[in-house]
Amino acid sequence: MKVLVPVKRVIDYNVKVRVKSDQSGVDLANVKMSMNPFDEISIEEAVRMKEAGNADEIIAVSIGPQQAQETIRTALAMGADRGILVKTDDAVEPLGVAKILAKIVEEEAPELVILGKQAIDDDCNQTGQMLAALLGWPQATFASEVKVSDGKLLVTREVDGGLQTLALDGPAIITTDLRLNEPRYASLPNIMKAKKKPIDMKTPEDYGADITPRLSVVKVSEPPVREAGEKVEDVATLVAKLKSAGAV
Amino acid sequence: MAVLVIAEHDNAALSDATAKTLTAAIAFGGDVDILVAGEGAGEVAAQAAKLSGVRKVLHAEGAVYRKQLAEAMEALIVPMMDQYDALFAAASTMGKNVAPRIAARLDVMQLSDIIGLEGQETFVRPIYAGNAIVTVTSSDAKKVVTVRGTAFEPASDGGNASVEVVAAPDGPFKATFVSEDVVKSDRPELTAAKTIVSGGRALGSEEEFQRVVVPLADKLGAAIGASRAAVDAGYAPNDYQVGQTGKIVAPELYIAIGISGAIQHLAGMKDSKIIVAINKDEEAPIFQVADYGLVADLFSAVPELTEAL
Repeated sequence: MKVLVPVKRVIDYNVKVRVKSDQSGVDLANVKMSMNPFDEISIEEAVRMKEAGNADEIIAVSIGPQQAQETIRTALAMGADRGILVKTDDAVEPLGVAKILAKIVEEEAPELVILGKQAIDDDCNQTGQMLAALLGWPQATFASEVKVSDGKLLVTREVDGGLQTLALDGPAIITTDLRLNEPRYASLPNIMKAKKKPIDMKTPEDYGADITPRLSVVKVSEPPVREAGEKVEDVATLVAKLKSAGAV
Repeated sequence: MAVLVIAEHDNAALSDATAKTLTAAIAFGGDVDILVAGEGAGEVAAQAAKLSGVRKVLHAEGAVYRKQLAEAMEALIVPMMDQYDALFAAASTMGKNVAPRIAARLDVMQLSDIIGLEGQETFVRPIYAGNAIVTVTSSDAKKVVTVRGTAFEPASDGGNASVEVVAAPDGPFKATFVSEDVVKSDRPELTAAKTIVSGGRALGSEEEFQRVVVPLADKLGAAIGASRAAVDAGYAPNDYQVGQTGKIVAPELYIAIGISGAIQHLAGMKDSKIIVAINKDEEAPIFQVADYGLVADLFSAVPELTEAL
């Protein structure tokens, strides 16, 4: 089957973000950017499906600025076959992303789209579910295990009470959770090979999707800062402090 | 103006998350109805009707609603939204799974995981693992909102709303429930617990997690949490995970044992009232948010604490 994997270029998960003093956003100048960690897990899962003979082509898509091409190259180095960059310097909201992806799905006709469950910048956790709704496809979000059996996908999901397994019929959407797999590091030969893999350059206009933002940012502010308290000497002191605070 | 709230439940009992979501919906304004979709969920509907500030409870019954899967919930709720200006759900795995499908079908941008709202256009939500807080206005005609439970007090009981049975599409749908692995526990639910004892990688094994963390939690009547590292290593099940992409908690007392305090973990617990950290690494970032920090070997300090309480 053909698998489509959207990948997002986000601030690296190790970077401590700083809110701009004019409250217009967070400071992204000279900050390390990487592939959204959940999207790495999505690419890894697609590559494993291909290695197991359950997928034959993996397309990595990114919607973002020119530099998002690097994110696609990372996906290609991990094992995706080709890329599509939908180039835009505007911030596209999850609904807009889902609309563009729906058009790409129409063109490419994949049987499976694997997305990260959320991007670690806006923490929205929406795009996969929105794409599923726009396509009328079934979904299994927050996946921790994916199996292919008799043409059906069996997906185990991480839910609030534990784990839940769903069977999905036909083309489907999966969103990935942390424990689905551990993404590989691309080897140097694969990084070199990835440079020769094709990336289609597109724009949102090519897909005719309405991506006008629906939300406007009033301000971005610092969260309340929690001050460090005190170090206690020993367990007895800790117990005394907790008792006097009425916590136990 | 009318708001529909999706009830969070297991067909037997209404979750506390619903009462918190209701508080946010009431703050939004207008008449608030609660939708209970389930199988054999009559008792849940009766519980929802007792919440204060509810106009009516809509009860949808059917086998396809037993697990409140996304496709069935979409088929049920999208037509109902003709009558409503907003849809509110808890930012639980159910709410996160279902609400964006409905938002997409209504062609609106969802407001995820809100921690505040002003009027009907302005919403406040954390981004970047809670390291920034964004205030946004929405230009959409209808609002679809998921609500962070720790930011809202539960609505109280004392209501007496009517329960109305509604017709519900019965599928078939293309995603079907196969099985689940849900641990039934007498412990309080993590997101509703007053006290949480949470364990990290330093515990070293599932056996030590059981030996060290569990007796303290038992003594305190606490829920048990874990860091991502502990869950990834298999010391604790996935639904224990506290953090940016796990559960967001804000108990009265949070005891972090052998947790270093990565920003992704702090994102899930830093609104706790009192934070205690026990870690032998005095440089661990967890101490920067802890009210009481004990630099000690957890394997001796925690049993001693359990004994002393």
